[in-house]
This record gives sequence, structure tokens and C-alpha cells, in this order.
Amino acid sequence: MELLKKYPKLFQWFFLLIVFFALCFAIDVPETYKFIRVQAEFIKDPNQSTYTLFGKEVRYYAFDVLWRLPPLLGWLPIWVNDSLFFLLNEWMPMEFWNEDLQEYKTRPLVLQITRNITALMTFLIELIREILLGGVKTVVAFTSWDWIDKNPWAEMPGLPWTIVAAGAVILGYKLSGKGLAIFAGLVMVYISVFGQWKPSMQTLSFILVAAPLSFIFGLTLGVMAYKSKRVEKALYPILLTMQTMPQYAVLVPAMVLFGIGDHAAVIITMVVAIPPMILLTLLGLRAVSPEVIEAGKMSGCNNWQLMTKVLIPTARRDILIGVNQVIMVCFSMAVIAAFIGAKGLGWNLLLALNQLNIGLALEAGLCISMIAILLDKMSLAWANKQEDYFGNLTFFQRYKNTLFFAVAVLIGIILSYVGSFYLKDGYNYLYEVPHNKGISTAAFWNKGVDWIWDTFFQTLKIFNTWLITEVLQPMRALYLRMPAVATVVLVVGAGYIIGGIRSALVTAGLVLFIALSPWWDRALVTTYMATFGVIASCTIGLTVGTLCQQNKYTTKFMLAVCDIFQTFPSFVYLIPVMMLFGVTDTSVLIAVIVYATIPATRYTIEGLRSVPAGLHDAASMSGVTKFQRLINIEFPIAFPHMMLGVNQTIVFALFMVIIGAFIGTEDLGQYILKALSDKAGGGKGLILGICVAFIALIFDNLIRTWVQKRKKHLGID
Amino acid sequence: MRKLISLLSAIVISFLSFTGIALSADSKKPIVIPTHNWSSQVVMAYVIGGIFKEMGNNVEYVPADTQAVYESIRIGDVTISHEVWESAFGKSFTTALDKGGLLDWGDHEARTLEDMGYPNWVAKLCPGLPDWNALKNKDCAKNFVTPDSGGKGRMLEGPQTWHGDLIPQRIEALGLGDLWTVKFAGSADALWAELKAAKKEGRGTIIFNWTPNFTDGAGFTFIDFPPYTAGCRPEDGGDGKCGSPDGYLKKAVNADFPKTHPKAAAMFKKLSFSTGQIGAMASLVDLDGMTHEDAAKKWLKDNKKVWKKWTK
Repeated sequence: MELLKKYPKLFQWFFLLIVFFALCFAIDVPETYKFIRVQAEFIKDPNQSTYTLFGKEVRYYAFDVLWRLPPLLGWLPIWVNDSLFFLLNEWMPMEFWNEDLQEYKTRPLVLQITRNITALMTFLIELIREILLGGVKTVVAFTSWDWIDKNPWAEMPGLPWTIVAAGAVILGYKLSGKGLAIFAGLVMVYISVFGQWKPSMQTLSFILVAAPLSFIFGLTLGVMAYKSKRVEKALYPILLTMQTMPQYAVLVPAMVLFGIGDHAAVIITMVVAIPPMILLTLLGLRAVSPEVIEAGKMSGCNNWQLMTKVLIPTARRDILIGVNQVIMVCFSMAVIAAFIGAKGLGWNLLLALNQLNIGLALEAGLCISMIAILLDKMSLAWANKQEDYFGNLTFFQRYKNTLFFAVAVLIGIILSYVGSFYLKDGYNYLYEVPHNKGISTAAFWNKGVDWIWDTFFQTLKIFNTWLITEVLQPMRALYLRMPAVATVVLVVGAGYIIGGIRSALVTAGLVLFIALSPWWDRALVTTYMATFGVIASCTIGLTVGTLCQQNKYTTKFMLAVCDIFQTFPSFVYLIPVMMLFGVTDTSVLIAVIVYATIPATRYTIEGLRSVPAGLHDAASMSGVTKFQRLINIEFPIAFPHMMLGVNQTIVFALFMVIIGAFIGTEDLGQYILKALSDKAGGGKGLILGICVAFIALIFDNLIRTWVQKRKKHLGID
Repeated sequence: MRKLISLLSAIVISFLSFTGIALSADSKKPIVIPTHNWSSQVVMAYVIGGIFKEMGNNVEYVPADTQAVYESIRIGDVTISHEVWESAFGKSFTTALDKGGLLDWGDHEARTLEDMGYPNWVAKLCPGLPDWNALKNKDCAKNFVTPDSGGKGRMLEGPQTWHGDLIPQRIEALGLGDLWTVKFAGSADALWAELKAAKKEGRGTIIFNWTPNFTDGAGFTFIDFPPYTAGCRPEDGGDGKCGSPDGYLKKAVNADFPKTHPKAAAMFKKLSFSTGQIGAMASLVDLDGMTHEDAAKKWLKDNKKVWKKWTK
């Protein structure tokens, strides 16, 4: 009894578990139950039950309500899809002049609007692309295809790579000095020498449109949410869902609305990149202390000045993290966007993988990572740069960078001109190293993969068989064995114990949405894989993070590794993993662990870093050993922050489980993949995505609430 | 302000770009050709693009999803499709055809087959193949067991996107369900990875594959299931006890294409590739390691006689 009084929560948890297991044992598996491999709507079967709601017929296999809830939300995806179709194909048809046919054509309004938006996007992308690579479309936009056909001289030539590289170096130098300049130079030379120039610039051109637009929209919406509680309340649930929704699920609706091509890629990238920007802007603005605002008001700022001159500069740190996030997200979308028609590195990477050319895919993937890190560093340096208002500079000092760039342009043009004489029969390497004509290390990497295969295959196979038969299959079976009621009770109970009635209600809403959708079984499989991935990732991340944090240099090194892996397209290692472990859950989980360990490591390092130095000293003075300090002081203090890392790990793990559909899974991800080519895919993709997001949000809610309470308890809020 | 200006100018531009003069000759507006993620299709895209260019047209390539592309053609985002495989994309194609806006633009000479099959070295693991009755043998099935297949032989089907549950239904209908299970791979890459891994290991594997494909060269045999008859598939109301049909390889165009580009459309109607030609295009990339563009250029240069006659 003493124990109970001391730890009331412990008793509550204990009670919850007893109820959960009692339910599990009390409710038997129905005899007719079998894991539904096939979605019920695809086969007509006399055993199925049906109901009709809102004019949509839903077919499903009925079980005892305690075992599996009926899919009462089954009409939702069909309904969403039909609405989308109606909006795009039938709503408000209007006459639009078609210049090609010289006649009026009827087109629905929304289709016309979306096509006009995409025309604008396409123009911006092509403009940047043609400055970098040359082309005719920008000129065509002002004239016509017939005109350009008669005036071929008007074609934009595109910049030689030497000039772009020199420009990047000078920009790097201007923004933050020698270090960044050297890095910029190395990245550009790498891209060019390895023959990735053209695809890199193609990727860059759509990101250079997507990133600034995301930044502007994100900042504006963030400010609006800061100013108005109503906007914030309306935005918040959408933001949370968007942040946890697998990027992949947005593809289908985006494709339905905006078609395929680079413009659609820009739009989907923006959809994914804006939410973190909004949240971080809001976070930053909130943290501005009232004194600062008072001071601004006292100096007579109007609202606009207060925002631009006081609030935003003060909140700069968080806004900068937002910029960092925008850039990282944009590049992580480079490959996924290739599924809906983005040209460039992402597409080349997918093509290389289709030929199982891992080396080639690796080179393209590295390019994506390097450009991402370069842009990230540049934008950070730009934002941190202080304008020198008072320096009394000579003309040369003031404009030296412009002058250097002008010289570089001149040299670049001369070089490529000279090159066109000397390298006449082959390729003009001084202008552009053509795709796949540069140096390639592909053969080396492919040999490496082969070597690993030959050396470790037998060992790996034994491990793989053991893991699947002894761990994964039983775990999956256990998850599927849970009656729906028991799961709901467990989740809602956890919500109640951690966060009281409010949390209980929120989690109940989320879990019921999934349980009432037609995909409960699939969601269980997704959760099983995510659980395994998260446990493994957290273990690795915690260990590695703690070890690296002991030393300044290893910390730096580890964070850089995290940067690379976060932007490095995961598709590249899906293939070698698949060759080693076959089309099995093991392959998916390895990919999950590689990806999800990043946030676990990062947050561990940051959490331990945030322990105040004063505490370290105090501890050392009281004579604890390094190990004792770690266990008794640093961990408890850093734990709330590390738990946020776990939260991120869950989101990352879910993303990767969904992408694991490319290896072959039987979970929600496979259905999202399927929705891409489904007639009624738009609605299904979206609702499936929401289901995944809700799984993440359940954990998110529980962890966040717990962290808040814990922080209050420790007094470090 | 600057953003506003650029927005305004872009609006002006988008209007300007819609003014032009229609001619009886082909419009100079680019013909949009989709590229998918397998070699023969991409090379053929560049080959057809090359012919269009030779005729004075402008061409643009856009990566596209294999199923969604028909909707894109219908709406007009993409102009043509040059590889419509009956078994895999026939359904999406006919759906778009019925909705209107897309035209059936004739067949290639090549016929296609998409079905379950095995690389030739596997034949000795299961005596009696390629006859499907060999699969009824327990000793055969046990050579294809994997850790996660629950003691049954495993067949690796392509992604569910390709033909839904056709193969599992067929396996059940043929009474092979007790011995065999079907696993869906997530992508074509997964199939090739499986093929390569199985070869290295020398173990048995049955995967979904198609011809013409680059695997033809290394020796790949399709299983002889009971022959296809119209309406034998469950989705058409049949019992599902049949293999895949000898399928067409069609071409499709946007309905406006013949009006805007009459000459190019006429050429595309005549265009027809044989299995051998398609295989040759694919092998330039898959075996000789050329880039897709270079392979197309080489093919066009070497086969002038073949394609020149279509342009007349």
C-alpha cells in the first residue's frame, strides 16, 4: 500500500495493462477471420456485408464488433474522391479559347484555374532552368513557338558551368568567408566532374522556386497565426496532420489537381515544406519577450515596422531553423517528386535503380545531399550576416565581389569559347560536362556491393531467417491478434493516465478514426513495423549520441553525418538492402532504422548539450564520476528533450515504413502506392495518409503532454 | 512589390502565349512524350522524339506514372503514349478512352506477354515446368519456400498497382493455394533485385515478368497456365483459371493531337516496332551501358531505313 501511495501512476498503468490483456484473452479470434490481403471492395463475395451511406456502397467483412469495428467511415475516401472528380471535371464548365485549335473549348473552371497556376510555376522554373542550362521556353513565353522557330538566334545559351561554380564560390566567400567558399567550390566541381551538371541544375531550378515560395508563404501564415487566435486555431490541426503525413500520400491528390511535371513537383514540395515553416515562425514570435515589443512600441513603430523591424529580427533564430527545415524538406522531396514528373537528379536516380546500378544512383544521391547542405549553409550565413552601414569603403571594396564575378563571367565565356575550338569532335568540357560523360565511380560502388554480397551473404541469410521467424512474424501476429476494443482501451487509457481527460478524448478520436476506416488491419501492420523500427533506432541513437557527445569533434562529425543522411535519398539503399535481405520485412526495417536513427541521435546530442554547464561543475565538485554524472544528472535533465527526439523518430520511422512499400509490404503504404494508379486514388491516398498521420499524432500527443508535465516537474520550462 | 510585378508579368505572359496563328502545318508547340522507369520505354521515347524533331516538331519529355499517364493524356498535360501494355495498363487505357479526350492510335507489330515465369536455371528445381501442373508437386513448392512464406512456396508478383489481385486469385482458383503463396513486390526494381539475388545464390524463384524485356537475353521462361479466353478473369465474371492473354502494345494520343500536329500524328499512326527492335533498344542501355539519349541516337542512325518510311 505504501508503494501505491508513493507511485499512484504505477498502479494506474498496472490496472490498464490488466484490463488490456483481459480483453485480449476474453475475445477470441473469429473463425472466419483471416488477414485481408485484398481490399474488400475489389472482390464480390457473398460473405461480405454492405451498407449504403451518402449514395456510396461500402462492402466489408463483418466480425464481432469487439474484434474489429465495421468500417463506418468506408464511404469517406469514395466521397472525397468523387467530390474531387466533380470539382475538376464537371463543376462550372466554361468556354475557353483554345489557340491551337482556333476554337472555343469547354473546360471546368477549377481545371482551368489549376492549369493557370501551374503555367505560372512552369514559367518560373523554366526561367531559372534556362539561365542555368539554356533553352527556348522563356523566350517562347513572350513570343510563340512559331516565332522561335524562325528566329533560332534567340535561344538562351545557358551559363557555362565554370561561371556558375565561380559565382557559387564568390557568393560563399561573401556570405561567410573562406570555409564556405571552398566548400561551394568543391561541391560545384564534384557535380560537374561527375557529369551530373544538367540533372543537378534541373533539380536546383525547381527547388529555387519551391524553397523561397515556401519560405514566404510559411512566414506570412506564421505571422497571421501569431496575430489572430482564430487563424491559429484553424491552422493548428491541419499543420500537425501535415507534419506527420507521409509525403508520399500528398502525391496523389496533387497529381489529380495539378497534373504531372515540374510545376506539380513545386506544389507538392511546398505543401510539405510550409507547415514546419509556419510552426517555427509561430514558435519564434511567441518567444519574443513583451519588453522587446514594448520598447518597439515606445519608439513609435507602426504595426508593419513592429513586425519587420522588431519581431521578426528578434525571432530570427527559430525562423532560421525554419529555413533550414524548408531546404531539407525540399531536397528530401527531390526523389519523391520525380514520381509526378520532376526532372533532374531524382528521376535519374530512379532510372539508375531500375537498372540496379547502385553506384550511379549513389552518385546522384550524393549530389542531392551536397547541394542541400551547401544551400542550407548559404542561407544560414545570409540570414546571420550583419549589414555594415558605417564602413567607409572605396568603390573597389564595396563592389569587389561583383567585379570578381564579372571577371569570372568573362573568363568562363572565353574558356568555353576556346573549348569549342579544341574539343570540337568530343564534348566541350569547359562549357558543360555532359551527363554520364564525366568520371564515374559507379563501377567501384557496384563492385563494393558485390563484395559485401559475396562475403557476408551466408551470415546475413542466417540472421535474416532467424529475425523473420523468431521475432518479426510472431510480433506481427501479436499485433494482429489484438481485438480492436482492447487496442482502443489501451490507447485511450494511456491518454488518460498521461494527460487527463483531454488527452484521452483526443487520442480516442484519432484511434477511432483509424478503427472505423476500412484499413485497421493494415494500420496494425504499419504500427508493428514502426514499433520495431523505433525501438531499434532509439537504442542505437541514444548510444551513439551519448558516446559522441563526450567529445567536441565527434559531436560535430556526428551532426554532419546526420545532415547527410537526412537529405540522402533513402531509395538508394533500399536496393542493396533488398538484394541482401530479399523482399521481406527485414529489408524495410533496415531502411527504417537507418533513417529513423537520425533524429534519435540528433536530439540526444542536443539534449545532453542543453544541460547547463553550471550543473556539470556543481556535480563534479560534489565528487561524482563522469559516469555517475551522466546517469544521475545529465540524463534526467536532458530526458524531456530526448523524448521529443523519440517523437521525431516515430514520424521518421513511419515515413520510411510507408516508402518501404517499394520493397513490398502489406501495410497502409502499399495502399498509398496503389492509390497512385487507382481510378479512385485521390480520395484513398488522402485518407490513407491521414490514417498514418493519426498513428503518429497519437504518440505525438502522449509524448508531448508527458514532456510538458515532466519539464514543469523539473523546473526547466 | 517585386513579387507582385513578377506575378502580373506572368499573367500577361500566360495570355500572350495563347495568341498564335494556326497553320495547316504542325503547330510548333512541343509534343509532350512521357517517360516511364524502364529502359525500352525511355529509349523509344527518345527515338520517337528524335523522329518528330527530324520532321521539324518541338518535343518535350516528362517523367510520368505508368497508370496516371492516361488521365494526363486525356486532360492534355501529355500528348502521346507509345507503350500501352494490354495486361498491365489496358484497364487504365480503356477507362480514359471511355471518358473521352484520348484516342486509340493503333498497335505496334510487337505482341506482349506478361505473366509469372522463372529464369531458366530454375527449371531443374521443378521438373515438368513450364507446364503449370508441375506446380502441384509438393517437392517443387518446397524449393521456393522463404522465411516469411509460412512453409509455402513463394511467387513474387509485381506491385499491386499493376494488376491488383489477379495472380493470388488465379493461384486460389487453380487449387494451388495450399502449396503456394503470392507476395507483392513494391516495384520493378524489387523484381530485378530478386532475380539478381536468386541467380547469385542459385536458388529457385518465380517472379512476374514480361516480354519484350531485357531479361529475354539471359533466358526467361513463362509458365504455361491454362490459355486465356475472353471473360475468364474474375473481374470479367470468369473463374480465374487462366493465364495472361497474348496482348497488344498500343499507341495512344490526346484527341487534339491530330488537329494540332497533323503530320506528326500521321507518322505516329504508321509507326510500329517489332519485338526485336524494342529488345535491341533496351539492350543498348541495359547491356551496353549507354545513356538513354545516346542509345536513341545510335538506334536512329543505324535504322534510318526503318523509320524514314513512316515520315512520308
